[in-house]
Amino acid sequence: MNRMSGSDRTFMAVVYAVLIVATLVVALPFLYVVIVSFATKAEVLSRGFFLVPKTWSLDSYQYLFRERNFLLSFRNSLWITLIGTFVNIALTSMMAYGLSKSWVVGRKTMNMLVLFTMLFNGGIIPTYLVVNQFGLLDSYWSIWLTAAIAPFNLIVMRGFFQSFPSELEEASRIDGCGELYLFRKIVLPLSMPAIATFTLFYLVQNWNTYFNALLYLNDSAKWPLQVFLRQMLIEAADSSMTLEIEGFEFGPPVKMATVVVTAVPLLVIYPFFQKHFNQGMLLGSVKG
Amino acid sequence: MPTSDIRGRLRRGLPLYALILPGALFFLLFRYLPMGGILIAFQDFEPFDGFMNSSWVGFDHFVRLFGDADFWMLFRNTLVLSALNLFIFFPAPIILALLLNEARIRMFRRAVQTITYMPHFLSWVVVVGISVLLFSTQEGAINQLLASNGWGRIELLTDSSYFRPLYVLMNIWKESGWSAIIFLAALASIDPTLYEAAVMDGASRWKTMLHVSLPALRNVIIILFILRLGQTMETGFEQVLLMQNSLNLDVSDVFDTYVYRNGVLTGEYSYTTAVGLFKSVIGLVLIVAANGWAKRKGEEGVY
Repeated sequence: MNRMSGSDRTFMAVVYAVLIVATLVVALPFLYVVIVSFATKAEVLSRGFFLVPKTWSLDSYQYLFRERNFLLSFRNSLWITLIGTFVNIALTSMMAYGLSKSWVVGRKTMNMLVLFTMLFNGGIIPTYLVVNQFGLLDSYWSIWLTAAIAPFNLIVMRGFFQSFPSELEEASRIDGCGELYLFRKIVLPLSMPAIATFTLFYLVQNWNTYFNALLYLNDSAKWPLQVFLRQMLIEAADSSMTLEIEGFEFGPPVKMATVVVTAVPLLVIYPFFQKHFNQGMLLGSVKG
Repeated sequence: MPTSDIRGRLRRGLPLYALILPGALFFLLFRYLPMGGILIAFQDFEPFDGFMNSSWVGFDHFVRLFGDADFWMLFRNTLVLSALNLFIFFPAPIILALLLNEARIRMFRRAVQTITYMPHFLSWVVVVGISVLLFSTQEGAINQLLASNGWGRIELLTDSSYFRPLYVLMNIWKESGWSAIIFLAALASIDPTLYEAAVMDGASRWKTMLHVSLPALRNVIIILFILRLGQTMETGFEQVLLMQNSLNLDVSDVFDTYVYRNGVLTGEYSYTTAVGLFKSVIGLVLIVAANGWAKRKGEEGVY
């Protein structure tokens, strides 16, 4: 492989060049936003486009973290994500374990019913009316409950539990443990890599939840960060709106800082999960 | 099977049913109950009267639907966005995976992978937000750059002719890296002796990529393409909703955004439920057909 012909060398040069350009195209827009979030409002307004600010400042972040609506939505997002992910993992793992035992009566029917929800759903309006009927509008339970289980995660996790050797179950029954004990004390601890993967998926889902919050939460004091960010950036860009909503006098750097704060928590936890996650990816091949 | 055996299994299963119960309630109340709620598509549903007291109108809403010019616009927009996803987005992760497979420097590969996966974890609000910061006519970076060089500004976000290109480019930006994973996995499982044989035969790297790597992806590509056909009615609701504004509505309005605007915001519950039902039924037929087709191709489908 050491002797490369001229055409191979050209080919490899093209491969690396294309990959470098692709990576830059992915990274640069976000990097630009990060960099300008550390510039001053005055410099952005006077200089227009630049990649390296003359003065670096934390003004935007200081401003942002004094802004009441921002702090409120940040706290709301943390709360939605924390409880939501707990509900997701608890309900998904419990149901997946219950459905993983081939001798459970009614298992086939329940599996079919779960599967069908991936193919067909009631749609936005009927779901909205049900949530309304239960009196869940303006309550976080509307978000936690309507997205409690992602069927795909449930099915993959079920397949994972099915891959446990049946000797484990027999041995524990001989030792006199109940099913619940087996699940909590033996199966769950052994499943930590898988649980970590699904925790990441659900964390992402909850932190990024946007439309459900928009749909079910009318009270702006309950909005998560995603809705706040959209209100600040995208609505304001629509020609029908002015830049000043709710007295929030943001210059471009403050908008950029808000994007950074909204995006960074996930980008920070991602590497911690990556190890589990690469192991967990193998799950996809274990179909149940 | 003797009944006593079933009874025994039921009794033994009690703790497991307890584990299943909360999840089963979720599916019942928040997935199946709304399916029952679809019946209001055949009513003139009034929230004050409730489901029981609203009057039944049969297929009136569907008759109105098929005669509505908006309906055909929604259909056309959905098909165009799906076609863009199928023919422009779909090849991007395949090309990325093939190129990554050629790059032999481990550190480089890992760096490219880590960076290109990242946008998958960003919300559509953040991605569309970044696009606003880059592309908006007054404050956007691109237009600032154009203006400072004395060129004219481009109305990237408000001129509706840019909506479709931006839609598919943003999709490529956000999901190519992540979608490449499955192709990389298929490439990793290629028998190394195939490559050695190609080298022995004096094949160039380009030829090897074309005649060894790409054919190895053939099955995955066919299956994923068919499954994507089944997703024709799904155009990425949040992305479209966030990119939508009053000036690009003629190309950006799809079934879900229409239902949201006229159903939730305006209160036309029954009519928009009919619109949503039409979309879901077509979607169901497409998914089932696509999956059947994929299975006949001798591979495992999604179910």
